Amino acid sequence: MGEVKVIGSSKSLFCTRVEWALKLKGVEYEYLEEDLLNKSTLLLQHNPVHKKVPVLVHNNKPVAESLVILEYIDETWKHNSLLPEDPHERAMARFWAKFADEKCLMGAFMAFWKEGEEKEKAIESALESFTFLEKQIQGKKFFSGDDNIGYLDLVMGWIPLWLNVMEEVGGMKLDDPQKFPSLHEWAQNFNEIPLIKDCLPPRDELVNYFNFAVNYNRSTAAAKQ
Amino acid sequence: MAEVKLLGAWGSPFSRRVEMALKLKGVEYEYIEEDLGNKSPLLLKYNPIHKKVPVLLHNGKPIAESLVILEYIDETWKTNPILPDDPYDKAMARFWAKFLDDTCMPAIWQIMWSKENQREKAIEEAIQHLKTLENELKDKRFFGGETIGLVDIAANFIGFWLGAVQEASGMELVNKERFPVLCRWIDEYVNCSVVKQNLPPRDKLIAFLQSRFSASSWKY
Repeated sequence: MGEVKVIGSSKSLFCTRVEWALKLKGVEYEYLEEDLLNKSTLLLQHNPVHKKVPVLVHNNKPVAESLVILEYIDETWKHNSLLPEDPHERAMARFWAKFADEKCLMGAFMAFWKEGEEKEKAIESALESFTFLEKQIQGKKFFSGDDNIGYLDLVMGWIPLWLNVMEEVGGMKLDDPQKFPSLHEWAQNFNEIPLIKDCLPPRDELVNYFNFAVNYNRSTAAAKQ
Repeated sequence: MAEVKLLGAWGSPFSRRVEMALKLKGVEYEYIEEDLGNKSPLLLKYNPIHKKVPVLLHNGKPIAESLVILEYIDETWKTNPILPDDPYDKAMARFWAKFLDDTCMPAIWQIMWSKENQREKAIEEAIQHLKTLENELKDKRFFGGETIGLVDIAANFIGFWLGAVQEASGMELVNKERFPVLCRWIDEYVNCSVVKQNLPPRDKLIAFLQSRFSASSWKY
């Protein structure tokens, strides 16, 4: 089916989504690790608009934006479907993916980055969004609605590890097993899947990465003053 | 194909996107106008998370978020497809629709709501994004090729609303000197029959925008 490359960063949750999807479909690919502080000519060539990872390169044609890449993968390699067949269910999956990225993920990032009163507000807002996720996963093993993980599970896949690390480094708690028991259970089940586990970066490396990001941000902010 | 309803708002580009797609495909639907200052129990029931328009109801099942709705419409009614068949071309269309909503539009709104000392920077950023968009258009008639597609429908804000915003505020972002290709597309676009039929009355929109800008004491 042609040559597949992934331009990515092993610490990036957006890149791991893409790897999970390719592995679920049994697609062989070459992984090209990017140094995000020193972006390669290849990345700038293949994603001139955003200059970000991940970029999937299939037969030398680049696709950027992780959710766009997931759908491309699903439509190009048709076995082991990621998205459901039924148009309404597909629409629901897309709706929840958008919600999760815009409200939950961005909410968690805000709660991670902000300090003081702004942090409290950000945490409150993120918790509200997580309440909706909890309702969505109640009574289901996976967000896909059946026994196998699907598109939406991959989109939510940052929660078990990345959120956990952000909570530790950022000093906040979002994934509370008492507030969100179903979501917590989903996270345990999801992270146990061998294919999922295999693509995760080592936890201590991720902790260092987030610590570095906080310090880097603080030093550039201080330098500006 | 049974019952189709649309909860929308006359001035909302997001709502009009959905109407354009339904009309393009010849889908009969019942339109329900929402008063966004006084949201109906129906809207709150069918879009409890965002409480926004548009919401499409098909056989009683609701779908929210205009781009999600557009893809649903394309998958459900196959006449006059708005997305290409080829997975790569489809991915490109989705990429540019996302670029419009996540990057272009927020940058344009940022100009409107920014403080005076931030405005120049906001304008520069919006110009940069619009140039990126214009570059994608190149010498194509529409973003979708010979006929309008998902990206053209998603770009309705640029095609029509932006002109109204410019007139209502006095801010000039898009003009023929700066964006010759984009302006050429705008001309083709607003004269396209399915687009023409799905635009709000220009004067009414300008008046509405003017009152909103003055209510927020925003001045350009």
